[in-house]
Amino acid sequence: MTTISWFESYWAGMRDEVGGKAASLGEMTGAGLPVPPGFAICTSAYRRARDESDLDAQIARLLHGLDINDTDSVSRRCAEIRRHIATMPIPEGIELQIRGAYLELSARGGTKEVPVAVRSSATSEDSPDASFAGEHDTYLWVRGAEDVIDAVRRCWASLFTDRATCYRVEMGYDHRSVEMCVVVQKMVHPRAAGVAFTLDPTNGDRSQVAIDAAWGFGESVVAGEVTPDNFRVDKVMLEITKRIISTKSHEYVLTDHDSVEKVETDPERAIAPCLTDSEIKAIARLAKTAERHYGCPQDIEWAVDAELPDGDNIILLQSRPETVWSKKGPTRVVAPGSNTGDFMSSIVSTLMSPLYSKSDQGT
Amino acid sequence: MAGKFPLPSEITTPPGAEGWQELYSYSSTLSEARREYEDSMFWFQDGVHWPKALLPWDASLMELAITALSQYNTRHLLVPPANGIDFRIVNGYCYLSPVPAPEADIAMRAEAFTQRAGHYFMNWNELYDNWLIKIRDLVKQMEALEFNPLPDIEPLEVVTSGAGRGAGGKFQENYLTLLTCASTLWQYHFEFLNLGYAAYLDFFGFAKQAFPGISDLAIAKMVAGVEVDLFRPDEELKRLARMAVDTGITDAFVIGDVEATCAALKASGDAGLAWISSFQQSAEPWFNFSTGSGFSSQDKIWIENVEIPFDFIKNYITNLQKGADINRPTEAISAERDRIVSEYTALLASDEDREAFAGKLGLARVVFPYVENHNFYVEHWSHSVIWRKMKEIGAVLTKEGFFNEPGDIFYLRRHEVPDALFDLYHSWAAPAAPAGPAYWPPIVARRRAIVEALNAVKPTPALGVPPEVVTEPFTIMLWGITSESIANWLGGGASEDGSLNGMAASPGVEEGPARVIFGPEQINEVQEGEILVAPLTAPSWAPIFGKIKATVTDTGGMMSHAAIVCREYGLPAVTGTGFATSLIKTGQRIRVDGSNGKVTLLD
Repeated sequence: MTTISWFESYWAGMRDEVGGKAASLGEMTGAGLPVPPGFAICTSAYRRARDESDLDAQIARLLHGLDINDTDSVSRRCAEIRRHIATMPIPEGIELQIRGAYLELSARGGTKEVPVAVRSSATSEDSPDASFAGEHDTYLWVRGAEDVIDAVRRCWASLFTDRATCYRVEMGYDHRSVEMCVVVQKMVHPRAAGVAFTLDPTNGDRSQVAIDAAWGFGESVVAGEVTPDNFRVDKVMLEITKRIISTKSHEYVLTDHDSVEKVETDPERAIAPCLTDSEIKAIARLAKTAERHYGCPQDIEWAVDAELPDGDNIILLQSRPETVWSKKGPTRVVAPGSNTGDFMSSIVSTLMSPLYSKSDQGT
Repeated sequence: MAGKFPLPSEITTPPGAEGWQELYSYSSTLSEARREYEDSMFWFQDGVHWPKALLPWDASLMELAITALSQYNTRHLLVPPANGIDFRIVNGYCYLSPVPAPEADIAMRAEAFTQRAGHYFMNWNELYDNWLIKIRDLVKQMEALEFNPLPDIEPLEVVTSGAGRGAGGKFQENYLTLLTCASTLWQYHFEFLNLGYAAYLDFFGFAKQAFPGISDLAIAKMVAGVEVDLFRPDEELKRLARMAVDTGITDAFVIGDVEATCAALKASGDAGLAWISSFQQSAEPWFNFSTGSGFSSQDKIWIENVEIPFDFIKNYITNLQKGADINRPTEAISAERDRIVSEYTALLASDEDREAFAGKLGLARVVFPYVENHNFYVEHWSHSVIWRKMKEIGAVLTKEGFFNEPGDIFYLRRHEVPDALFDLYHSWAAPAAPAGPAYWPPIVARRRAIVEALNAVKPTPALGVPPEVVTEPFTIMLWGITSESIANWLGGGASEDGSLNGMAASPGVEEGPARVIFGPEQINEVQEGEILVAPLTAPSWAPIFGKIKATVTDTGGMMSHAAIVCREYGLPAVTGTGFATSLIKTGQRIRVDGSNGKVTLLD
């Protein structure tokens, strides 16, 4: 049984082992949609930890004679179970593998202890008890192997939220029937971030990718707090067709104690382009891939990670369907039912008003 | 549009060039009688074809070329909005002014154009095959014209055959035939060219409507051919380099000049002899290739200056020995073209759009080989023959003391040559002393000095009143003159941030030291890794494109030769900057952004 499954080595047969969230991250990585790098700690790890400890016995003891209508008692007993899971020993082989994987992820980020997000990923999301579990179990900015292992146990413990536990008791399900996978993913530390549309939002031109970008975290762009740099990239040629560099007066940065803070941008940096040409093209390529993957124009959020090496540092944070132009549909040139075979009249009208003179060269 | 250019009547003669008008036909220079008209028009300097002051005889080919263009627009095809192009030579430089068609005639012209141009589009391949035959026959006819020294005594068979005519008369007749051929050549040239551009523009317009943000370059790439005759001379150089490497005779190329190399090749046995014979086969016709635009008698032609192709071959041999791949990746180019077309096609809105797109692209691809290939046949091959024949005439006149050197012939206007040839004819027949030896040398000397004085002054890019917007399709297509480029000239070149704007002719961004050169004679100065800055480039400079990082030119548009060659070689290019050669200095670091048409001076 695999304990650790990196996103890039995910394949469809592993869905049950890693749960929905990790499966989706694995699928995206495989489709060329680069989510922040990371790995899943498969359900087998939870099973072994459970089976090699006295967890079942503890659960049986703590839930014995539970009245699910006595909320105080439910709450007290479930908290006790979760506390127990959060401190139980993890089999040595498994702990070593988690430490090893975290070390490798840190190395990719170029540091010793890379900050990560640790999240629960339940295996049967269509069953309600599983979706109760770990609804809110996300630990951000976790640093160091010790803390990662603690967070993993706390994710496991989220199988025993009050709601999930009561549901199982009520339905008569075995508590062993639910299992938990945990996702460990590098926290994005954006040098620059922003949004991209897979069409030109000013005229619906499907051949263009429009990119808005600013320094630091993408909040400043999404909230419209700064005027971002604006780039247009031809989707087919992957050439930058337009660039407007703005004064990006402030940015959201990461503080030493892992919080995000709004600061004034150094004046020289404020007027400098926040992306290199190869980054702009990589973002356009990413947007194009997302559009192809989802089958319709997309509106994506992306970041350039400061800690990942060039070529691997463009991260997709979110992709959703573009709505404004997609509703109207692409702009037709030829009216439906018109004769496309009459090339001479078309040539004559071209010569009479050559579009060529209406230069749209970028500035 | 703010600002203005000097009026034609306000132009003054540069010092030392007084009397320059005598170098050109009376009808080609400004005249008092036409002053009001001339001052009311907009004239732009054609630096694409004539970057330097015209020599008197060279002006003939300009006059014939522009007139043939005009003739087709106005009299043959009736291009709806555009009549021909008027021209004037001002201070030695060629200025052009498009003549619009009268508004009232446009409906009638559209109907006639549909019928006439339609016939060409419907029968293009057949007519183009016939064109290739016509042009080759014309070259053959010109090649056959003999300009030998007149014989002391006519051969006996001239008498016995009853020919009744002799060498003196024939010499004059041959010159007139050469002129007729040059006129025919330029009429052939424009038989197809503007139609090719019209079909291209039609596809262009459709693509811009479907995808407002699509680049000119993307459109050009979808249409461009993969196997193009204009690249053939360079292909031949590469082939010869490979042959030298494959047959193990490269040692012959490291020993000095062409003569030494040829001697070594001959001495090396069969392989060397086979190579020489292969070179000779390539040379006709592919090395009838000018180092310039083909429009100047002074530009060197490969076949007459074999050290030029030899140097390029040597360079390729060195690259091959270093393990470099000098092949043109035609399969990859072709696959990339297919990818671009299929991706844009997929982005179109409807099946009707896709059908129209495919139809227009299809027509553009049928007609475009002419646009790409004619340049070799006309400006390079045919012009090479014309220049060669003129030098043969010059050599005969030099021998008779009319000139100091054969090239002096180009300081005569084309209609002065028959006078000199009659002088020759009469003095041979009488015999009597010709007047020419005393008459021509001072004239040639004076005119040489005038041309030098004219070349010393950079011409203003335009004269007269600029139009509100440029809409004449061929002006935009052939010369890259747009409302933007005119505004750019009026702005005087560099913008506030020290950058120059031009046409985004070939994409990519490069930084490096500039090498500013003004003509083909300076090609050898260009070093590895430099950015070439020139008034314009010529297709025959192709071999140095392997050394340079990017190109910037003063003149030319998307379809200029520099643009085509740079796209082919994958180098960024900004064309039509107007002022690059005067604002950039050799050695200065510059950044060329060929995707956005911007050149930034970094030092």
